[in-house]
Amino acid sequence: MAVRVDPARFDPGTELNAFSKGVGNAGAVVSFTGVVRDVVGGLSAMEIEHYPGMTEKAIAAIVDEAKSRWSLADALVIHRYGRLEAGEMIMMVATASRHRVDAFQAAEFLMDYLKSRAPFWKKELTRDGAEWVEARDEDEAALDRW
Amino acid sequence: MIEVLYFAWVRERIGIPRERIETGAKTVADLVEELRGREDRYAAAFEDLRALRVAIDQELTDFSASLEGAREVAFFPPMTGG
Repeated sequence: MAVRVDPARFDPGTELNAFSKGVGNAGAVVSFTGVVRDVVGGLSAMEIEHYPGMTEKAIAAIVDEAKSRWSLADALVIHRYGRLEAGEMIMMVATASRHRVDAFQAAEFLMDYLKSRAPFWKKELTRDGAEWVEARDEDEAALDRW
Repeated sequence: MIEVLYFAWVRERIGIPRERIETGAKTVADLVEELRGREDRYAAAFEDLRALRVAIDQELTDFSASLEGAREVAFFPPMTGG
């Protein structure tokens, strides 16, 4: 299980290949990659702030929770912070399991919890200025299904 | 002494990322009251507690939580990771 909180760019293909090689005979690998969207054509960049120390602990706790609920051979979480341009990868989750359902569900669970329980804050920088992204009620509600 | 950290717009409103505070506050809510009374920028940051989250020693908690033994308290808006 690996957690990386890092400002550096990453290549999702390289990461997924390396992850898949290390999962033995797990059989099912699921991955999700988040990309900086160009919202209504005006987004030039995004700034992501985080809480060093708490971020790593919170993600590790979320991964532990996923391990206790599903049969996982391995899991990977990469989340960037700092300044990101439109089109850049923000984060990535990968899960491996003997069974497809476990891998899919665990990946969704990780995504839902990373959104609302890992201490990251996004700020959108557009031509008109900078604005903090507001948490959405749907994101909080998404946790109830688990 | 307690280390108080601010993130995102809370940090911007207060104008600093962290400070050490000598306080007799028993709970997070008591600490918030104390900070609100300091200056307008604190009052502005802590205007609506429903818009804020708090962590003690890097664990999410709530405003009624005790500060006994706490080394670090952080205030921030709801998180927007992923």
